[in-house]
Amino acid sequence: MEKIKTPKELEKLRQVILAEQKPERPQVTVCGGTGCLSNGAEQVVAAFAEEMKKQGLNGTVNLKKSGCHGFCERGPLVTIHPQDIFYQRVSEKDAAEIVADTLIKGKTVERLLYIDPQTEEKISRHDEIPFYKHQMRIALRNNGRIDPANIRDYIANGGYAALAKALTSMSSDEIIREVEKSGLRGRGGGGFPAGRKWRSCRDAHGDVRYVVCNGDEGDPGAFMDRSIMEGDPNSVIEGMIIGAFAIGSSQGYIYVRNEYPLAVQNLTIALGQAREHGFLGKNIFNTGFNFDVRINRGGGAFVCGESSALMASLEGRAGEPRAKYIHTVERGLWDKPTNLNNVETWANVPVIITRGADWFASLGTAGSKGTKVFSLVGKVKNTGLVEVPMGITLKDIIYKIGGGILKDRDFKAVQTGGPSGGCIPKSLIDMPVDFDALTKAGSMMGSGGMIVMDDTDCMVDVAKYFTKFLEEESCGKCTPCREGVRRMKEVLTDITEGRGTEGSIALLEELSEAIALGSLCALGSTAANPVLSTLRYFRNEYEAHIQEKRCPAGVCKELITYSILEDLCNGCHRCFRECPQQAVSGEVKKPHQIDPAKCIKCGICYDVCKFDAVAKK
Amino acid sequence: MDLKKVDQIIDKYNAEKSSLIGIFQDIQAEWRYLPREAIGRVVERLGIPVTQAYMVATFYKSFSLVPRGEHEIHVCLGTACHLRGGQRLKENFERTLKVKAGETTADMKFTLETVNCLGACALAPLVRVDQKNYGKMSGDRIAKIIKEYRPDGEGKTHGEN
Repeated sequence: MEKIKTPKELEKLRQVILAEQKPERPQVTVCGGTGCLSNGAEQVVAAFAEEMKKQGLNGTVNLKKSGCHGFCERGPLVTIHPQDIFYQRVSEKDAAEIVADTLIKGKTVERLLYIDPQTEEKISRHDEIPFYKHQMRIALRNNGRIDPANIRDYIANGGYAALAKALTSMSSDEIIREVEKSGLRGRGGGGFPAGRKWRSCRDAHGDVRYVVCNGDEGDPGAFMDRSIMEGDPNSVIEGMIIGAFAIGSSQGYIYVRNEYPLAVQNLTIALGQAREHGFLGKNIFNTGFNFDVRINRGGGAFVCGESSALMASLEGRAGEPRAKYIHTVERGLWDKPTNLNNVETWANVPVIITRGADWFASLGTAGSKGTKVFSLVGKVKNTGLVEVPMGITLKDIIYKIGGGILKDRDFKAVQTGGPSGGCIPKSLIDMPVDFDALTKAGSMMGSGGMIVMDDTDCMVDVAKYFTKFLEEESCGKCTPCREGVRRMKEVLTDITEGRGTEGSIALLEELSEAIALGSLCALGSTAANPVLSTLRYFRNEYEAHIQEKRCPAGVCKELITYSILEDLCNGCHRCFRECPQQAVSGEVKKPHQIDPAKCIKCGICYDVCKFDAVAKK
Repeated sequence: MDLKKVDQIIDKYNAEKSSLIGIFQDIQAEWRYLPREAIGRVVERLGIPVTQAYMVATFYKSFSLVPRGEHEIHVCLGTACHLRGGQRLKENFERTLKVKAGETTADMKFTLETVNCLGACALAPLVRVDQKNYGKMSGDRIAKIIKEYRPDGEGKTHGEN
């Protein structure tokens, strides 16, 4: 195909695509994010295609499989354009009815609408659902709206216009100044100003430079980078090309986590299509600027999210970090100046160029500009991906967007920042969320995982969980991290198994300080955060485990027993049948009992009981 | 073993030293582990020290030096899954299959693994068998899922073969 060489040609192509797509034509968009796919979205797409054919709508309605819509809890999701109708929990069996009623007769299928749990009213329009209403989507601007495997969809929505503008009307210095002025900070965790990083890399000595996209999203409970790479890969690529032009690089790398095969697939398609259109390759937009991008798959190591470890991995070595007296912007990949940014950071760049730094800087707080994507998970009603302006309160995220706590239980804490972050207690729920406020509270932004916990979650167990995670993922190069984190895990295991002693807490604090001071990279220096933050806000829970040998939340296996509540048990016999140890006894329709001598605490009776009659104490 | 296939993989990457991880990934995908002969061939063709090859092969979680089962069961232990009982699920899989996480059943049918987050937290707790996700999992569904992949020998495990 003809390569695009001028902004005018790009705009002309956009008009051609728009004319072909006929935006006035009805459109069915099925979410193809991981959550919805697991719930059968693929079959829903196939069912729609078949029904449209059957009911004579062939060629008059667009059918699209998009990236993640974010509201994973309610998947599979389907939206109908132009009415903007939002159907949730759609199955393949519903396709016939939607085609017949909504597409042909213009009627809404009431039973598939979202019901607001607060008002109990049915909401038909996508943007009126509370989960979406309070969001502001910049990095996720196209997610759920475009077909990620088709660059023409991206172009039709204004894609690559920022690249055209940057390359043909701005100098390298103007682009960097724009990114600096926007106040964009790295979305991967550290929050380093992106513009300053670009400038340092451009000004570093040497003639070969690299740009890298960090897609090694390893924080458990965070999946925004995955959704962007899967659902809007071109926005990341466009950001990288603009960055490479400003910095003076001709080779880029995208490092994708091994567990994300769909991201690799969609990025590969997008790179191929970008090359066909001349956005990658030689003499881009007739400027003499050459640039291309390669994809590297990670090998399944959390530490490779650290910049110097990631670069070692790109070079084909074990992903061990190095001391960074010399920053990677000066000596990074193959000892050349290298600029590494996270997926979400890159995805923000085209918007900043198109809409201007002033607009971007008008959003957010004094120190944190723009928006941030959070993955809201755990004990919250509306699990999913949300993008909100920096500075919004935790309460608004959890209650207005998240819909509150599952089963209306008591909110206890929210964990942010993954294994490097901490737990923020209920008392700080009115806190505005930005880089600095989270750090002050003893946690951090991290990549944006937000794990909501209720009164049935044990804070000592959570600290043990993250410490165990870090022990397994520590690369082993430096002693404080390798040995120190392991010792911390041992102390925490002792506490959760009833062997904690008076000195356990002091020992944890001492270890924390040594690990934070002595570790080589951020994995180690932040490894104590989960322990320190839970000690700071939930010390009484540690004390209950140590002094009373009791787990108040009923989680720590060695400290609890399972029993059946006589007044709630109706003798349905389900637990009797499922118990692998024959530890449950009782006659049908009469309250059952658990024999603690036989019970191995596998929890199956608790899982299968529909009447909440199994208690953990 | 068929070293021609190994050569083809190496050729695909132009025998570049920096492509070691990619080459290993393709070998792993083909044989479900890194056979010793294959590592030897890679060392020879790339001209790298044996130690470097083994350092990479043992550093990354996605590589295995021993043959893996026909089906890989991944129990997600991301934070959301942990809060919703992922740990108990793992223990129940271990008990049912009579192997520990990281091990393979004697009939080579299953390898049980944990994973640190599959990014589908709305479905927590989540288990993935090969490419198929089982969301909102509970202990009582384990036997049925195993039967799906081993229809002939329910409960066939270590020592019974």
